[in-house]
Amino acid sequence: MSIQVKNLTKKYGSQRAVDDLSFEVKTGEILGFLGPNGAGKTTTMKIITCFMAPSAGDVLVEGLSILENPNEIKRKIGYLPENNPLYLEMGIFEYLQFVAELQGIPKDKIQKRIVEMVRLTGLNAEKHKKIGELSKGYRQRVGLAQAMIHDPEILVLDEPTSGLDPNQIVEIRELIRKLGTRKTVILSTHILPEVEATCDRILIINKGKIVADGTPENLRRQAQGQEILRIQISEAPDEKTVLDALQSLDNIANAGPVSHYENTFMVSTKPDTSSRKDIFRLCVERNWVLTEMSLIETKLEDVFRDLTTN
Amino acid sequence: MNAIWIISKKELRTFFDSLTAYVLLIIFLGFSGFFTWLYGSDVFFIGQATLQPFFGIAYWTLFFFIPALTMKMIAEENKSGTMELLLTKPVTDWQVVVSKFLACLMLIGIALLLTLPFYFSVWALGPVDHGAVWSGYFGMLLMSMVYISIGLFASSISNNQIVSFLLALFIGVFFLIIFDLLASNMTGFLGGLLSYLSLSTHYESISRGVIDTKDLIYFISVSFTGLFLAEVYLSKRNIVE
Repeated sequence: MSIQVKNLTKKYGSQRAVDDLSFEVKTGEILGFLGPNGAGKTTTMKIITCFMAPSAGDVLVEGLSILENPNEIKRKIGYLPENNPLYLEMGIFEYLQFVAELQGIPKDKIQKRIVEMVRLTGLNAEKHKKIGELSKGYRQRVGLAQAMIHDPEILVLDEPTSGLDPNQIVEIRELIRKLGTRKTVILSTHILPEVEATCDRILIINKGKIVADGTPENLRRQAQGQEILRIQISEAPDEKTVLDALQSLDNIANAGPVSHYENTFMVSTKPDTSSRKDIFRLCVERNWVLTEMSLIETKLEDVFRDLTTN
Repeated sequence: MNAIWIISKKELRTFFDSLTAYVLLIIFLGFSGFFTWLYGSDVFFIGQATLQPFFGIAYWTLFFFIPALTMKMIAEENKSGTMELLLTKPVTDWQVVVSKFLACLMLIGIALLLTLPFYFSVWALGPVDHGAVWSGYFGMLLMSMVYISIGLFASSISNNQIVSFLLALFIGVFFLIIFDLLASNMTGFLGGLLSYLSLSTHYESISRGVIDTKDLIYFISVSFTGLFLAEVYLSKRNIVE
């Protein structure tokens, strides 16, 4: 199931939450949708799932337009909205039955499907509880179970791991990977390692526009080229002398102290150069002791921050 | 059609699961029973085998109870976000509104069914005008339809349940009293219009046993308008500018 987003625009008053957004998700791809809060991720997802109409533009799901065939598209999509809203007063079975009926699963298959989803999402121990009695992690499982009960070809998950503890995050992430094989998945998140772990492709949006699009590796490579070092020098007279000396080196673009750590500095070099040897020589020359020098790897976080600030 | 039935079944079950239904039924039966049999111009005071006192009381109890039922139906789902979940299933806005309407009407239907012992008791006491009783019940259902659709409309306007409740009462008062009062002070087209809009005139004739298509059209069109406006407010998310 491919999804084509074409020149999508959504206005809230004079503000454009989504601004002429176009991209395509291929069948079987897991797309990580990134962006700061308010970038338009949730709005885009709401439009793809036919909850909201766009101000302009269109989304085609396997050639069907959201404007003309919303009900057919809704059947193909499993959606987990932000904050995972659920009917808290309903029981798990009762709720899954309700969703299964709405999705038009034949009566004789509903029971089998529910049992299967409960098993897959690991809800078996809790299955007789009401949703309101469940912990956040288990509610998230119910949310995933309801999204996938009709075996949709497309999954749209809006921050599926937000608010969970680290163990739950790993569990839910594994669940998504397990359930998402052979499905087209769009997943939005703030947690960048999560994207690296689960997604084939990353799309970063900011202020309703795409600012980066590519595999996690590609994006990281784009931002590299700049070496960042963390160094600690002791037996130097004072920080200012060290900083001045560092800044006078040829290859160094920028040097600054690290707050809360004494005599520790962050040094970034000019693109495609290295300053490790120079720093070592400088210390030898001045008779300082270099107690730490570590290479800071460019992380997706940095790429993200670069692209979405300013 | 199927989706409507699935959702209204679920809504009706929610009424019972959350105890709302039981509270409503007990208070409704308690109130109307008390005033029909024990106090005020009750059956024994009138000295006739008639259910008129009951219909007179139910007219007002439903006026308060229905907004209490409908106030959360759309407002709460909008607020908690479950509306988003519901509307991303293969369901249209109209189906959601109608199914909530039906669920509420079914609950009122159950409440009215439980008052049938009143009818049988009166019947045992003396000769009853059966036609008037049945058309009274029928009128009660029609009137509930109007209240429910007003309540759902109010619930769709605000995410705050209390606001929805008060708004439903406010609109209801117009249909119940104010249009009637204004109509009596006015003549000509406006007076005619207001007296046509007043619910009490239509209800009275039905509860006396006169079922006129003009009244039926009134109840159905007011309910439809309420539901239509509720749907408009629900789908307003599509055109936020």
